[in-house]
Amino acid sequence: MSVHDEGPLLKVMGVTKYFGSRVGCRDVSFDLWPGEVLGIVGESGSGKTTLLSSLSGYLEPSTGTVKYWMGQEGLVDVGRLSDPQRRYLMRTEWGMVRQNPREGLRMRVSAGANVGERLMALGARHYGKIRSEVFKWLDRVEIDLGRVDDSPETFSGGMLQRLQIARNLVTKPRLVLMDEPTGGLDVSVQARLLDLMRSLVSELGLSLIIVTHDLAVVRLLAHRLLVMRNGEVVESGLTDQVLDDPHHAYTQLLVSSVIQP
Amino acid sequence: MIVIDSLRKSFFLHLQGGVTLSVLKKISLEVKAGECLALCGPSGSGKSTLVRLLYANYKARDGKILVRHQGQWVDMVKAELRKVLEIRKLTIGYVSQFLRVIPRIPALDVVMEPLQREGIAAHNARRHAEDMLTRLNIPQRLWGISPTTFSGGEQQRINIARSFIKPYPILLLDEPTAALDATNRRVVVELIQDAKERGAAIVGVFHDEEVRDAVSTCIFEMTFDGGQA
Repeated sequence: MSVHDEGPLLKVMGVTKYFGSRVGCRDVSFDLWPGEVLGIVGESGSGKTTLLSSLSGYLEPSTGTVKYWMGQEGLVDVGRLSDPQRRYLMRTEWGMVRQNPREGLRMRVSAGANVGERLMALGARHYGKIRSEVFKWLDRVEIDLGRVDDSPETFSGGMLQRLQIARNLVTKPRLVLMDEPTGGLDVSVQARLLDLMRSLVSELGLSLIIVTHDLAVVRLLAHRLLVMRNGEVVESGLTDQVLDDPHHAYTQLLVSSVIQP
Repeated sequence: MIVIDSLRKSFFLHLQGGVTLSVLKKISLEVKAGECLALCGPSGSGKSTLVRLLYANYKARDGKILVRHQGQWVDMVKAELRKVLEIRKLTIGYVSQFLRVIPRIPALDVVMEPLQREGIAAHNARRHAEDMLTRLNIPQRLWGISPTTFSGGEQQRINIARSFIKPYPILLLDEPTAALDATNRRVVVELIQDAKERGAAIVGVFHDEEVRDAVSTCIFEMTFDGGQA
């Protein structure tokens, strides 16, 4: 995989999604560069998840384009890929970590199979190699290797989320989209996940888009921030700039509403 | 290394009925390599605001903040975000009043991070970080522990260690010795002297007069109405 650092990995231009007459998100544009972490914050219903789904191809944007750097082919319009091409991209270069890990995992197969499956989808056939790669990733996300053959049904919420991350990262994607990855987890587990994500970004050089309503999470992880309200980006900039010197009334409200522990 | 020209900064507070607070009015100054400029003035005169503007942590309303980055002048007010991130990585070190770190990451890793980000091998970065922590009297038993559990003075020393581990051409220091005892204050004064000798341009807010007198090469007086004296 060639390192690409002369241009953006993802180019989002004017992405708009309507549900009937209702606006999901409107006219969102940004560039994401390799190794960059972009945070998207806003209250529930602000369009964060709709935007993420429109980027990943899970929803088709009403207007606007999403372009992704595909090495030799250059920037490719993701909306114009055929279904098999898009599925291949999602399985190889992109990862999607959902808020509810049960939606991103297969709950009826073992923890190990959840991780190994993505490798097999890419053509890995050697059982021993797959198994050792699975162990490596379970260890990485701090899941006890003795649980490899257990059903995810027996896992706690925090373990499920870490398993989902392992499932997504085993194929070494270049772009990972995360929807509230720390939502609903207790704080010690959140800290563990933050630590994990930070080290993965710096070691693998992956680009991350993280949707959350937790300002502390983006403060620690994101280089840049988009603040969304009613489907629109009302403010954007460097994360510390937006949080420490917010200009828009809504951002000021958001920042001043945080309860300091 | 730093040229500030007619810099203004105001805050518009939507939630307080749309009040505009004008904090800085037409500030101009210059700092050369090897100089340490101490910002002085009463509480509320905008000293920390000026430091934050230099780091682009605050956005200026108008004026210029030129910094020398990789042999070229860049205006922090107008620079692209990616450029600002690059400048922070390579050129400007900033000791803020708060340490913000991810819980669980050991102090040693926090300190060596600026070197690792630059691609310096882990064992070298670790050695530098160990030297720095030793110099700042952080007991070895704390190196493997997250600084989130540390005292105020220890956290401040971690902040100092991570900003002085790399020879940044520009250093911004916001009350670097506020929570330190006499011994550690002296260590910080030495670190600042060393930085000046190697040619760093430094802008700082030093509440402690002894420290200020020891390190500053010039004083910049700020007045309560946001101007310069």
